[in-house]
Amino acid sequence: MRRQNFSRRGLLKTGAVGGAGLALPTIFTSRASAFTNEPTGSSVTLGFNVPLTGAYADEGADELRALELAVEHLNGGGDGGMLQTFSSQALDGTGILGKKVEYVTGDDQTKSDVARATAQSMIQKDGAVMITGGSSSGTAIAVQGLCQEAGVIFMAGLTHSNDTTGKDRKANGFRHFFNAYMSAQALAPVLQGLYGTDRKAYHLTADYTWGWTQEESIAAATEAMGWQTTEKVRTPLGAGDFSSYIAPVLNSGADVLVLNHYGGDMVNSLTQAVQFGLRDRQANGKDFQIVVPLYSELMARGAGQAIKGIPGSQNWDWKLEDAGTQAFVKSFGEKYGFPPSQAAHTCYVQTLLYADAVARAGDFNPCAVVEALEGYEFDGLGNGPTLYRADDHQCFKDVVVVKGAESPQDEFHLVEIVEVTPTEQVTYPHDHPMFAGGALGECNPGA
Amino acid sequence: MDAILIQILNGLDKGSAYALIALGLTLIFGTLGVVNFAHGALFMIGAFCAVTLQKILTISVTTIDPERTDFLGNPLKVQTPYVENWFGPEIGATIVDWAVPLAILLAIPVMILVGFAMERGLIKHFYKRPHADQILVTFGLAIVLQEIIKYFYGANPIPTPAPSTFRGSLDIGVWLGFDPFTIIYPYWRLVYFFFAGTIIAAVFAFLQFTTFGMVVRAGMADRETVGLLGIDIDRRFTLMFGLAAAVAGLAGVMYTPILSPNYHMGMDFLVLSFVVVVVGGMGSLPGAVLAGFLLGILQSFASMNEVKSLLPGIDQIIIYLVAIVILLTRPRGLMGRRGVMED
Repeated sequence: MRRQNFSRRGLLKTGAVGGAGLALPTIFTSRASAFTNEPTGSSVTLGFNVPLTGAYADEGADELRALELAVEHLNGGGDGGMLQTFSSQALDGTGILGKKVEYVTGDDQTKSDVARATAQSMIQKDGAVMITGGSSSGTAIAVQGLCQEAGVIFMAGLTHSNDTTGKDRKANGFRHFFNAYMSAQALAPVLQGLYGTDRKAYHLTADYTWGWTQEESIAAATEAMGWQTTEKVRTPLGAGDFSSYIAPVLNSGADVLVLNHYGGDMVNSLTQAVQFGLRDRQANGKDFQIVVPLYSELMARGAGQAIKGIPGSQNWDWKLEDAGTQAFVKSFGEKYGFPPSQAAHTCYVQTLLYADAVARAGDFNPCAVVEALEGYEFDGLGNGPTLYRADDHQCFKDVVVVKGAESPQDEFHLVEIVEVTPTEQVTYPHDHPMFAGGALGECNPGA
Repeated sequence: MDAILIQILNGLDKGSAYALIALGLTLIFGTLGVVNFAHGALFMIGAFCAVTLQKILTISVTTIDPERTDFLGNPLKVQTPYVENWFGPEIGATIVDWAVPLAILLAIPVMILVGFAMERGLIKHFYKRPHADQILVTFGLAIVLQEIIKYFYGANPIPTPAPSTFRGSLDIGVWLGFDPFTIIYPYWRLVYFFFAGTIIAAVFAFLQFTTFGMVVRAGMADRETVGLLGIDIDRRFTLMFGLAAAVAGLAGVMYTPILSPNYHMGMDFLVLSFVVVVVGGMGSLPGAVLAGFLLGILQSFASMNEVKSLLPGIDQIIIYLVAIVILLTRPRGLMGRRGVMED
């Protein structure tokens, strides 16, 4: 039997030499990072935080499809999509600053706490330099706050509350999607044209940040043109059966029902309002009307027959005829077999805008990206000329007013465009009272 | 007065659903002693039987219409349901239109099979385990079932309309001497109310007037003695599990035009239905039905603006407040039996 003679001193010496040897490469190569998750290899990681379960899972699935398409295009795959029509030519299909784009995904479940946890994991564990996605203002505001603290960029997905770029705005956060105020400003003149100035409106409102700001915005805009607001009733999120909230509308003296609901709530409340015969009745000598300020094709599909003729607004619609929209719809449609939703569009565009800002800045540092995006004017991404306003990081662009198609030719044509409202009509001062109470603060590079 | 009548009517259809689910829950608890947290999932599966039949009936043959284009500018693919090709456009369209009532025929065997599979495959292994174990395993099963449904059908609600004959609404107010359009009530909700009444009456008649039902009632009262008489009470109780599953499934099928089905709808009803069972009295079938309607109507009243302006948020907690009050004053619930859940 062979005996080994290890002394304590010998072991310490061997360990010290071995440790120094192992550490040598990093001693000479490592340096303090200038910002959180500075990409040092040949790739850069983006975090796609979308709802894959919960009430907005279909929106989340569509967002993820679009985000994967954006990555493909950034890395030079496919037909390039909107890279061909984007007014900036800083992106050349070689990734971002020559680094291949990779991504991680997380399911935010449309819950603020879960969204924060998944985003945190992407930042801390996966090294994501930018987080995007989401289909709720509650999750957007939560993740935006986290990204500000962590020192990464947040490119918001579908979030429509005024608060996202109002009282809860952050320097590291940017929103391409329009907001409740813009919806109201675009929709009110159309409602005036359709239903006149002498109307009494009854509001049913989802009881959370988005619903409150949507109700405030549309009530203010319709009151400004002469409508009266008879009642504002808050309904619990995910109520399912809204019949007990709809029945009182019948004898309220109102002749318009405004449904400040989104997703499944909107599908149920609209369907049930139609079942209760609201659209067949007259009130105050006028035909009773229903308005849904925020629309989507996915919701229209859920509401079925009930959506016919109902007016509302969208951030974007695949039937727009500009070159950017056509390029995106072609890429998306050929890859997945159906046209993209507005949730998919805004996430795709946000990813390209982030990549473009990094390319123009020549740096992944969040503060350089913020500087590149603030006040940035661009075109070719589907909404006409667009400005990323420096004061609040809100995009200003045309808004699409739509209504449910009376006789859709197929399941993709459930919504028809009534009007494209020009940017000037939906623009507001950054210190508008509906957006007051917050400040961007300083950009945070983290690290 | 008209507002009160409207809310009573609203409460009736909601109460009908609570009563049907609670009836099934009580049947299972009363016979097998199992607290079945997967019962809401059975309601949801029933609803998706209607969705499935609607999808089956709209399976289509694809033809190319060269004169029209799709969203990519390619020739449009036109889908025509096979039933319209087989039976002609009018009869075919009528069959598709009546998908929800026809789904009852699909749901009955499917739900009985699902019930048997659940009881034989999983729940029977937990008969002698504590109620906490039963709750955990059935709750887990409910989550698995809803995730399976979500995988195949997506997360968004799927519109499942009532037949066009029942799509309008009835001006009940005119019958009662009110002005026109004062009390409006959708036809389908009336259909649902009468359907629920029929199912409840059929279940009670089955238990009351058949030999099988008599044995089951005897078994619910004293399982051991019935067993000693040489009757295989376990087999009968298993059949009752299938019956309870079918009742929940039928409640789900017919509820789809009221609430577009989504994978989560079972959970939404489950918790409230359990409160209904507790308020009605554990193990009491008439108690479950009574409490179902009572709490449905109370929930509707609590949603009235006049009530909410006095007590904000009352619509969300009314059922639980009533449950607390009833359990404090009548610890066994409205019609609870002595000895049930008291050991």
